[in-house]
Amino acid sequence: MNASTAPHAPLQPVLDPHRLGHRHGGGGGHGDAAGHGEGGPASKRIIVGYGFWIFLLSDIVMFSAIFASYAVLSGQTAGGPTGAQLFDRTTVAVETGALLISSFLCGLAMIAANARNMLWTQIGLLVTGLFGFVFIALELREFADMIAHGAGPDRSAFLSAFFTLVGCHGMHVSVGLLWLGTMMAQIWAKGFRPTIMRRLMCFSLFWHALDIIWVALFTIVYLLGTLR
Amino acid sequence: MLGKLSWSAIPFDQPIPLMTSIVMILVIGAVLAWITVKGHWPYLWHEWITSVDHKRIGIMYVMLGLVMLLRGFADAIMMRSQLAIAAGPAHGYLPPEHYDQIFSAHGTIMIFFTAMPFVIGLMNFVVPLQLGVRDVAFPTFNSVSLWLTATGVLLTNASLVIGEFARTGWLAYPPLSELKFSPGVGVDYYLWSLQISGIGTLLTGINFVTTILKMRAPGMSYTRMPVFCWTALASSLLIIAAFPVLTATFAMLSLDRYLGFHFFSNDMGGNPMMYINLIWVWGHPEVYILVLPMFGVFSEVISTFSSKPLFGYRSMILATMAICILSFLVWLHHFFTMGAGANVNAFFGIMTMIIAVPTGAKVFNWLFTMYGGRVRFEVPILWSIGFMITFVIGGMTGVLLAVPPADFVLHNSLFLIAHFHNVIIGGVVFGAFAGYTYWFPKAFGFTLHEGLGKAAFWCWFIGFYLAFMPLYALGLMGATRRMQHYDNMGWQPLMIAAEVGAIIIFCGVLCQIAQLVVSIRTREQRRDLTGDPWDGRSLEWATPSPPPVFNFAVMLDVHGEEAYWSIKQRAIEEQRLAEEPDYKPIEMPRNSPTGFVTAIFATATGFALIWHIWWLVIVGLIGAFATFVWFAWRDEDEYEIPAAEVARIDRERRRVRTEVLLPSLSRPS
Repeated sequence: MNASTAPHAPLQPVLDPHRLGHRHGGGGGHGDAAGHGEGGPASKRIIVGYGFWIFLLSDIVMFSAIFASYAVLSGQTAGGPTGAQLFDRTTVAVETGALLISSFLCGLAMIAANARNMLWTQIGLLVTGLFGFVFIALELREFADMIAHGAGPDRSAFLSAFFTLVGCHGMHVSVGLLWLGTMMAQIWAKGFRPTIMRRLMCFSLFWHALDIIWVALFTIVYLLGTLR
Repeated sequence: MLGKLSWSAIPFDQPIPLMTSIVMILVIGAVLAWITVKGHWPYLWHEWITSVDHKRIGIMYVMLGLVMLLRGFADAIMMRSQLAIAAGPAHGYLPPEHYDQIFSAHGTIMIFFTAMPFVIGLMNFVVPLQLGVRDVAFPTFNSVSLWLTATGVLLTNASLVIGEFARTGWLAYPPLSELKFSPGVGVDYYLWSLQISGIGTLLTGINFVTTILKMRAPGMSYTRMPVFCWTALASSLLIIAAFPVLTATFAMLSLDRYLGFHFFSNDMGGNPMMYINLIWVWGHPEVYILVLPMFGVFSEVISTFSSKPLFGYRSMILATMAICILSFLVWLHHFFTMGAGANVNAFFGIMTMIIAVPTGAKVFNWLFTMYGGRVRFEVPILWSIGFMITFVIGGMTGVLLAVPPADFVLHNSLFLIAHFHNVIIGGVVFGAFAGYTYWFPKAFGFTLHEGLGKAAFWCWFIGFYLAFMPLYALGLMGATRRMQHYDNMGWQPLMIAAEVGAIIIFCGVLCQIAQLVVSIRTREQRRDLTGDPWDGRSLEWATPSPPPVFNFAVMLDVHGEEAYWSIKQRAIEEQRLAEEPDYKPIEMPRNSPTGFVTAIFATATGFALIWHIWWLVIVGLIGAFATFVWFAWRDEDEYEIPAAEVARIDRERRRVRTEVLLPSLSRPS
């Protein structure tokens, strides 16, 4: 610690008995960034966004456990159908398209919200939701088809893992849709208040994160599954 | 309508659970009646149940942990008594199916509902104060976390009265925990109570990482944070990385049990060992989630009571973070006998031994902190010294178990039981009591009775050695864990010795109850008027005891590693406090019943899932969602404390500080 920044030079040995604080107090480094200590607590927006990022991280950890289980069980078909026999790449391509477009539209809705444009925000969120709904509908149809053909989750460990992994993502999308509807009602009722803008930011982070998980899922489950 | 629930769920034919249930219901009923008669409900509701104040939430967490410690301890003493008598021809008083529930409940309750609430409670109370801020990042979620944990507690204890608890051990290994082999509701109670409280724990982890990384007093850079905050950070990071794995694992087992999936079944391609891998990917970090914050407690206590700065502050941080990472690389040592092969076992064995290095560094740092210090042997440091001795022994038996060939011999024996109680009681429980005694005056404004505290320590310390050292020997003699009866009469003397140890620990528990009662009754004599009863060094001691709701009237500027110590020394040196600040109104979060109401719906949902009452599941989920929408719709989430009120409280604090630190300036005129 250099003496010029410390207002009480005579107390130096007591302040920093092991002389370990030499990199701090002189400014510089990351010490000046918001929330990094030097400037006091960060703003509410940063805190909420940061917390939500960490939640997403934990969600991805949960998915990774399910991915790992899928990887272990993907060959355990117990004499039942394999992925190559079950997956229809065209449906999955359409699903992927719907989800990615939905994410893009969510981005547009966020731009409209940042411009405080109620009409375009609502339209943007509505079409975001519609494409999400298309995704869910296609996924449910795929599930129903498989179950109807005797390839339900109780058929084999592979199918248990498949339904859990894809279903868990689908459930996230469904919860996202519920959240989306609630947000639309809330923006309508309360306007663009700071709390609501922060929630909207969290929602869009969530929606994009589901894309990332889908990309991994698409690759590991469907692409690798049909290549086999 | 009521799913699987019927009158046969009540254990009318089993006297022990029935009597316990009746006593439990009577005690709870009496407490509720007393609250109603005395008219305390409005106070409880406004000041505690709906509180989003991190200090109140922390206190409630610790209370929850203490009550569950009694429950878990009752289980322990029942098991020890059974084993003291059930040798050879005698079969004891607990039938096997009941004994199995007791050891499962003991482990589950002690880890999830005693140790976790205690750790999280201390983190809640202390971290924002040490960081010099007014609350955690998400105060309402903090309340949700607390009440979801309470839901888990409630469901686990309800299993005593309605139905049964798991008979599978505290980690519910499949295939035993699959529906085929555990058709009752016991495993479902286990799964849903832990699943629901696990969500609460995850929220806590997110809350604390955000708080510690994004909300600190000006000048409090990473390398000026107290070590307790560092360990709380490490623990929270571990929660975020480990608890989602637990959630996923329990979800998979639930799918197996409820919908006939084949994750962990013996047939149709399922893989039971995958469960055991997954659960220990959570389980090993979990023990560090518990013990790291306690290392933080010991660091604070040893430094304060040695009147010296902590030796090797930076190496302490490095060791903490090293353990944080290494804890994810050792999970396989819990099942070397799986048969993964010599190379895999060697890797995990060596990684396990490596963890002893940063832990050893910490022990030396504590010793060097005491060396040359003016050590005041008060209760918190007794627990700390007891910890250092006990934990080192437990650590050495751990390194022994980390050698795969030795583990093949000792696996699932009482040696293992002795080892992990050695580190968990020696580390987590002693740490919890050190922290409890150390921060009690900060929380309530009066100190705990010292004599009874010392008596409690000695009972626990001696009782622990008497209860668990015989188990090492028994393990080497071949006694296995989770046995309800044994034929080898040669084991009985050691089993009786262990029972005596448990009774001595029980005396320690009684001392602690007496300590609390006596301290409350004599609180006027033991008031901590100064706010700094131990001559502390970090910022929590800069506030009055108990601290005002806003903690700090103005944000303090932090200089150096020991934030409050330097403020104190400067005041003494300059013979005056810092200039009186310009007081401004403070915005604080409003109390909210969100957490409590959510937990009611979560309890309903959990109970309904356990008993297959599907309509109630739907009602519970809709209710929880509606609660959140209602919460999100509120228009005012903060209230303002006027500047005059802030000034009044802080001027009083300054007056007391002046009296204590600068007696020459405050002589009566």
